[in-house]
Amino acid sequence: MFEIFEKAELAQGTVISNVIKAPSIARKAKPGQFVILRVNETGERIPLTMADTDPETGTITLIYQVVGKSTALMKSLNVGDAFQDICGPLGQPTHIEKIGTVICVGGGTGVAVLHPITKGMKEAGNQVVAIIGARTRDLLILEDKMAQASHELRVCTDDGSYGHHGFVTEVLKEYLDRKEPIAMIVAIGPVPMMKFTCKLTEGYGVKTMVSLNPIMVDGTGMCGCCRVTVDEVTRFACVDGPEFDGHKVNFDELIQRQRAYLEQEKQAMERFQGLRCQCKG
Amino acid sequence: MAEEVKKKEKIPRQKMPEQDPKVRARNFDEVPLGYSPETAQLEASRCLQCKKPTCVDGCPVQIDIPGFIKPIKEGDFSGAIMKLWEKTSLPAVCGRVCPQEAQCEALCILGRKEEPVAVGRLERFAADRQRTMGEFKLPEKAAPTGKKVAVVGSGPSGLTVAGDLILKGHEVTIFEAFHKTGGVLIYGIPEFRLPKAIVQAEVDILEKLGAKIVRNAVIGRTSTIDELFDEGFDAVYIGVGAGLPVFMNVPGENLIGIYSANEYLTRSNLMKAYKFPEYDTPIVLGKNVVVLGAGNVAMDSARTALRLGADSVKIVYRRSRDEMPARGEEIHHAEEEGVEMHLLTNPTRFFGDDQGRVVAMECIKMELGEPDASGRRRPIPIKGSEFTMETDLVVISIGAGANPLITATTPGLQTNRRGYIMADPKTGKTFKKGVWAGGDIVTGSATVILAMGAGRIAANSIHEYLMIGW
Repeated sequence: MFEIFEKAELAQGTVISNVIKAPSIARKAKPGQFVILRVNETGERIPLTMADTDPETGTITLIYQVVGKSTALMKSLNVGDAFQDICGPLGQPTHIEKIGTVICVGGGTGVAVLHPITKGMKEAGNQVVAIIGARTRDLLILEDKMAQASHELRVCTDDGSYGHHGFVTEVLKEYLDRKEPIAMIVAIGPVPMMKFTCKLTEGYGVKTMVSLNPIMVDGTGMCGCCRVTVDEVTRFACVDGPEFDGHKVNFDELIQRQRAYLEQEKQAMERFQGLRCQCKG
Repeated sequence: MAEEVKKKEKIPRQKMPEQDPKVRARNFDEVPLGYSPETAQLEASRCLQCKKPTCVDGCPVQIDIPGFIKPIKEGDFSGAIMKLWEKTSLPAVCGRVCPQEAQCEALCILGRKEEPVAVGRLERFAADRQRTMGEFKLPEKAAPTGKKVAVVGSGPSGLTVAGDLILKGHEVTIFEAFHKTGGVLIYGIPEFRLPKAIVQAEVDILEKLGAKIVRNAVIGRTSTIDELFDEGFDAVYIGVGAGLPVFMNVPGENLIGIYSANEYLTRSNLMKAYKFPEYDTPIVLGKNVVVLGAGNVAMDSARTALRLGADSVKIVYRRSRDEMPARGEEIHHAEEEGVEMHLLTNPTRFFGDDQGRVVAMECIKMELGEPDASGRRRPIPIKGSEFTMETDLVVISIGAGANPLITATTPGLQTNRRGYIMADPKTGKTFKKGVWAGGDIVTGSATVILAMGAGRIAANSIHEYLMIGW
């Protein structure tokens, strides 16, 4: 069992941060790696990329948005409660080295995944610009941490309630148009955001890494549920990724595959909410 | 009664009652129902108790077959299980899934003139009886040796190694990537062939004997093999199986509704997706299902699809019936339940709808040519014979490969051309000092009992190494 050490609600109760006791994972994990988690005995296995790890306290931090039954169930757990299973670290770590100027672009809860990579890029001696976005100001997460992890931080909201009014791609375009050398862009967020970021950067010929989030079951390469097409070849995101060259990813296929269980997901959520209401009497 | 015995009146091989095919095709309960004590004793009385029993040679772990059958005949059921435990830690599993017709029972002397003794059914009976009776004596352990062994993977070979070495007095820790132990016994073989509670019970006995089990541990990621030695293990056994799914590499393969058999069976067996939404893992429910391939895993997938409510389930196989690799009994069970066989047929592409869901598959007819490297006649496509088959769920079950997670992170471990670990078949020793390997990660996909046999050989070799050195 993996005990919850701290719990915080980051954005209107829809984005939750859990600090969890998992010493052997905390000791080994590197930026970009993920865990597979199962809440309880009847739970499903879901992948979450680690937002932070602390080998000294033996804890890992997971930040997730409440989008369905499993994340709602996770949210219902409090400090002192425990997750049944956490398996990791899984996947390939981000390749971090000194390469020059790096722009880290994040959207929604993707910012949580982007944070340790941004930090790592800065620590490696790169000039780091971070551009983060959310639908509204209330949904924006980790602004302070991202400011610390970068040399320059730009914030966007879709509705203009804070920072730049519009998408992260618009701010990114400003930087690309300056014609200053950019060694790499790291884009992590909802698939459409990553897709449009890659479309933009392709025209400028700037290498763009993305972290993909397909549906997974085992996370160890034994089933192929997480398969994605990269450069016309089928790859398993859990062992070959989750990070890939964004200019080679078939995003439309990924978007479709993420929708495979929409109906069942809805059914599970409705059943869960029904059960919860009965509990409250 | 006594007179009848004197005359040696022939007792026929006792049948095992089974669930009716029409009923069982819609539930996940076990198909064969097992012997009653009376039937078991009657069947046991058929054994001639040969002085030099040939049946034992047919058993990859050399169970003393007449030795465990005799107590059953005499009604000493706990005596039977103690005898079995000397050589196997998984009797309830093996009694169910071993191809006995090609092993112990194939060499039974009775089989020359009549039907062989039902060794598998009796093994199953003894193990089931012990489990349902509750109290039992554990097998005795040798004095502690102070040596520590890491077993990587909790499938049939790993469990055998763990069971053998713990009885020999070593400290054993099993590392399992999944949240449940048993490997293919848990995620692969379906409930209706091997109830998961039975696998759990056999693993529980190992834990009672003192084996430590670390779940959620992906060796290669959470720790490397070299780190296990740093952590104080004296020897390592790698039994991680052949768990890499093989795809067809034809267009449209990533459409929704196309699964590897590994994913389909893992969702259903390990995650209990057949109980969705009581369990959280969903599964695509096909009405018109196609399973590609004709091995035991294909039969398991097809029969699972029926139980999940499919109207039609087709096995599509590129060779003919004679080349089907599945056990005869499995094919028979699948056909009894209504699975259709479409032979000499191979898919060439998949078609999807605007949601990216599979709706049909293009196939081509095949004919058999000269035998290939595997000794089976090679299927050759017949030009111009393409046709379309409708389907809303495809399960690809054309084999498995070696997962490179461990071999890629372990210097000094040699692999063959196909990525399987090279190990001496007589000892299980790999090219790396202190590391043994066995089961599917060495041989490629084979059977449960062969993996156990490899585990037995490796356990003996590890024991020698630990006690007297290499």
